Amino acid sequence: MKKLFSYLKRYKKESVLSPCFKLFEVVLELCVPFIVSYMIDNGIGGGNKAIIVRCSLILVAFAAVGFGFAVVAQYFAAKAAAGFAADLRSALYGRIGELSYSDLDSIGVSSLITNMTSDVSRVQNGVNLTLRLLLRSPFVVSGAVAACFVISAKPALGFAAAVPLLLVFVYFIMLFGMKMYSRVQHSLSLTVRRAKENLDGVRVIRAFGVTDSESLRFDAENADLMRDQIRSGRLAALLNPVTFVIVNLAVAVMMYLGAVKVNAGTMTRGETVAMYNLTAMVLVELIKLADLTINITKALSSGRRLSSVLELEPSLKYGKEELSPSGGYAVRLSGASLSYGGKEALSGIDLDIKAGQTVGIIGGTGSGKSSVIALIARYYDRTDGDVRLFGHDVREYPEKQLRRLVGAVPQRAVLFEGTLRENLLSGASDVSDDVINAALKAACADDFVAAKGGIDCRVEQGGKNFSGGQKQRLCVARALLRSPALLILDDSSSALDYATDARMRASIREYSAGMTVLIAAQRVSSVSCADVIYVMDDGMVVASGSHEELLSSCPRYAHIYASQTGGEDNE
Amino acid sequence: MNKKVIKKTLSAVRGHAGAFAAVMILAAGYAGLSLYVPLIFGDVIDLLSDGPVDFPRLVSKLVMIAVFSVAAALLQWLMNVINNRTAYGITADLREKTFCKLQRLPLSYLDTHPSGDTLSRFTNDAEQLADGLLLGFTQLFTGVSLIIGTLIFMLTIKPSVTAAVVLLTPLSLFTAKTIASRTYGMFSKQTADTARQTSFVTETVGEQKTIRALGAEEDGRRRFRELNETLRQSSMKATFFSSLTNPSTRCVNAIVYAAVALTGALTVMSGGMTVGALSSFLAYANKYTKPFNEISGVIAELQNALACADRIFGFLELEEEPEDGKTDRSTLSDRITIEDVSFSYTDDKPLIRHMDFTAEPGKHTAIVGPTGCGKTTLINLLMRFYDVREGSIKIGGVDVRDMTRASLRAGYGMVLQETWLRYGTIAYNIALGRPDADRGEIVGAAKKAHAHSFIERLPQGYDTVIGEDGGGLSQGQKQLICIARVMLCRPHMLILDEATSSIDTMTEKKIQSAFDELTEGRTAFIVAHRLSTVLGADEILVMRAGSIVERGMHKSLMEKHGFYYELYQSQFKQGQQI
Repeated sequence: MKKLFSYLKRYKKESVLSPCFKLFEVVLELCVPFIVSYMIDNGIGGGNKAIIVRCSLILVAFAAVGFGFAVVAQYFAAKAAAGFAADLRSALYGRIGELSYSDLDSIGVSSLITNMTSDVSRVQNGVNLTLRLLLRSPFVVSGAVAACFVISAKPALGFAAAVPLLLVFVYFIMLFGMKMYSRVQHSLSLTVRRAKENLDGVRVIRAFGVTDSESLRFDAENADLMRDQIRSGRLAALLNPVTFVIVNLAVAVMMYLGAVKVNAGTMTRGETVAMYNLTAMVLVELIKLADLTINITKALSSGRRLSSVLELEPSLKYGKEELSPSGGYAVRLSGASLSYGGKEALSGIDLDIKAGQTVGIIGGTGSGKSSVIALIARYYDRTDGDVRLFGHDVREYPEKQLRRLVGAVPQRAVLFEGTLRENLLSGASDVSDDVINAALKAACADDFVAAKGGIDCRVEQGGKNFSGGQKQRLCVARALLRSPALLILDDSSSALDYATDARMRASIREYSAGMTVLIAAQRVSSVSCADVIYVMDDGMVVASGSHEELLSSCPRYAHIYASQTGGEDNE
Repeated sequence: MNKKVIKKTLSAVRGHAGAFAAVMILAAGYAGLSLYVPLIFGDVIDLLSDGPVDFPRLVSKLVMIAVFSVAAALLQWLMNVINNRTAYGITADLREKTFCKLQRLPLSYLDTHPSGDTLSRFTNDAEQLADGLLLGFTQLFTGVSLIIGTLIFMLTIKPSVTAAVVLLTPLSLFTAKTIASRTYGMFSKQTADTARQTSFVTETVGEQKTIRALGAEEDGRRRFRELNETLRQSSMKATFFSSLTNPSTRCVNAIVYAAVALTGALTVMSGGMTVGALSSFLAYANKYTKPFNEISGVIAELQNALACADRIFGFLELEEEPEDGKTDRSTLSDRITIEDVSFSYTDDKPLIRHMDFTAEPGKHTAIVGPTGCGKTTLINLLMRFYDVREGSIKIGGVDVRDMTRASLRAGYGMVLQETWLRYGTIAYNIALGRPDADRGEIVGAAKKAHAHSFIERLPQGYDTVIGEDGGGLSQGQKQLICIARVMLCRPHMLILDEATSSIDTMTEKKIQSAFDELTEGRTAFIVAHRLSTVLGADEILVMRAGSIVERGMHKSLMEKHGFYYELYQSQFKQGQQI
């Protein structure tokens, strides 16, 4: 949690000033019983009306000044809490941008989204409440106890004994509460997940006739949730009553000890009234504190989750200094293997791409095409062998340079909400409209972009206002306009019909003269004109060569070709 | 808020009427006892006046305080416990009802309503309702009891001083109300800013891999910073202004306190009451305004709860799927007849028009045609996800509407283009339709679907847990798992809707042979975009705009040089020319 608190340090001034002003307010409040005591002993006792009126006016004045202090304190508390939360979100967002693909896989993006939204707001709430109330209550409590000691030590001691007792009690409630609360959150997420699955997979669930067993499972999870909620509720239910009893008993003890003193004539009645009033203030504050405990507990358990993300070291390290890429081979994979944790997804891949070449990779679902690309673009690190990019080990490049060198169009076309221009330029800078238009043209996207209103047209969330094929072409344009040294197309024309696919490939070739291009595809037609084609199966390269060579030498390739062109073996 | 909702809400919690009554009695008891304590303290203070203290009486009073405090605390604790139990019980009950409802809703509803909206009935709405209804209700009642109790106790001590308190009450209410109405706008701005940021986060964190691949982290960070700054400001404002409530009421409270001190002290001087009574009074004045603020908060909560109740009841009252038939399909033959069927999702757009055909047992029927011609709709009708508008679908001569849905659907094995995998292990996902299948059978099915080799390569093989969206698996791999799922069930009839659209042609061919084995002697419907998958069908139905325009085997359709021939040419010849 240390890391988390370091973000609060930036609001040192606010975090110190807010409690200070709270303290001023509390000091004024603590004076009130003394004024009343003075009123009773000198005003009533002395039969002086003027003193009573003057004291009452002082009380009103104190109320007004105290309010002023409180406003300042609340202002700083709000500023610190809102600022802290904003900084925390920024830090988290930045950290997410540093995580590697395997980190993202293991944490899961949905959990990161929860971190960014609900966890942060809980922590913000916790900080705000802590600054506003948690710091007020201890002031009031310790101030009131101290004031009691000023009046008379012995009775005060009787009351003060209650404070550590309460602290221990609150500590245990928080300790157990935190555990119970995270159990409730867990059970809740299970029921929500089942409900969500039953909504998203309604057709499959009904088709397999498992609605009844789903209902049974849901009921069980729901009952667990209720049990956990009732358990944590039972704990929370203790807070108020126990505080009430402890404080009242302590006051009773104090009154008894006070009575002994009054009897001996060492204390006035007004002073006992003052002490009693002070303890009443303590009770009000402690009950507020008890109510807070649960909120603070929630904030702490969220805070723990957040700091685990903040303290996570990204698993990929990049080079620090820019390298000068050398010509010759753009990509050299020698004996490269990759495993995502289980059996190898790639084993001993040898693959060379000379600068300026167009190379194709063809293979079926799960043959390892995308894994090869993941190694070259360094989404994952090879588990064995060597991956070199433009003459250097791919791990030595700084991330920025790597992304500039390699322009990869992923399998799944993703667009973000915003304007098309923002989408096309994301990550790139200083690109003129001419370049953008040329890239769009090369990706055969100029027609429909013009129809939508040009490069400043809106893109809805998830790019919903574009068809799958249009999105793919825009993603190709996005990669092209950065003019990367190595362009990678990972099955990025799967949603296009054959004719558009061919047209796009031709215009890309024209646009990218001199660019090294790597195309991974399932369609033979997508790779047939590459200089070299690698045929992959089951994580291995089974053959390589030009289209014609492979047709005659690789039966597997010939087979794929035949299956896609409606050759005789289909009839 | 309309009366109907209140009525329904009350009837939904009628079963908990006893708990309600108990909570009300306990709240009143708690208020009475806890308010009585300051009164005894007042007596104690009076015992301390001049002369020797009467210790036996003092001790008996202090013991009384102890007893009353413990009793009050016990009542409050009991109230809290009952409250919890009832509130969480009602929420659990509502969640269960909502889930059951979900299972019986027609797909026409689920297809047309965003799932996030439906989902929030389970989470937010149920919780808010229980919270607002019960916790809010008891808070309201405790608050009112405390106010009335305080007034009564104060009146019994001294009506004239009480008047000073009552006269100042509106001041407190007024302040609270002013702040609440001022902050409302600020909170809505904060909510809107949060929503904007959340949607940005959901999008960019959700697609983090793409962002990383583009090297666009910096862009994202910049836009995030802008959104974050706006949120910081609006959140700061909303937090600040709303946090003024407590100091303001404390201030008003202090003024009330001063007024009590003034009038009280003057009354004591004139002999109207004792110093002990004055200090009891001051203790009451300290507590008096607190419930008022709580009540104003509670009323907003209750309104919110009723709004949620309205949404939940609206959901629970939705029309369900029509009543199940009685016939068990498994007793019938697999002959499927579609007789003069017409269907449309909405009244204005007819989708399937007067369709007629028969699928003989063991025969394979392929349905082809351009996007939007009604292929998938036909499957919705076969599975009875939707009911026909006109005509009938019969299996073994019995209308599907006369059968139990469970037996009808159990007869079909269905693989859809939209793959759906759930959170759980690969093995669990494959065994969805047959949870009792052993590992050997699961692996066998996966092998047949050609999914075995990639599953083996996953970190924990068949025990690898996949995320909610089937995370980490490619579209093709997900489809293979869905196929394995059906392979394991070995159903009577098969429906394959673009089942291999994301799988490469080589694997598709292999799966085809597995399908052939699976469908051997079984009735099958194959919907496909890629015509290579339908060549071997016994009958190909060519659909266009909701009607069957051609039917026959591949060869005869090709010879006809009609619409099918055109479709076929456009797919294959183009590929060859390039």
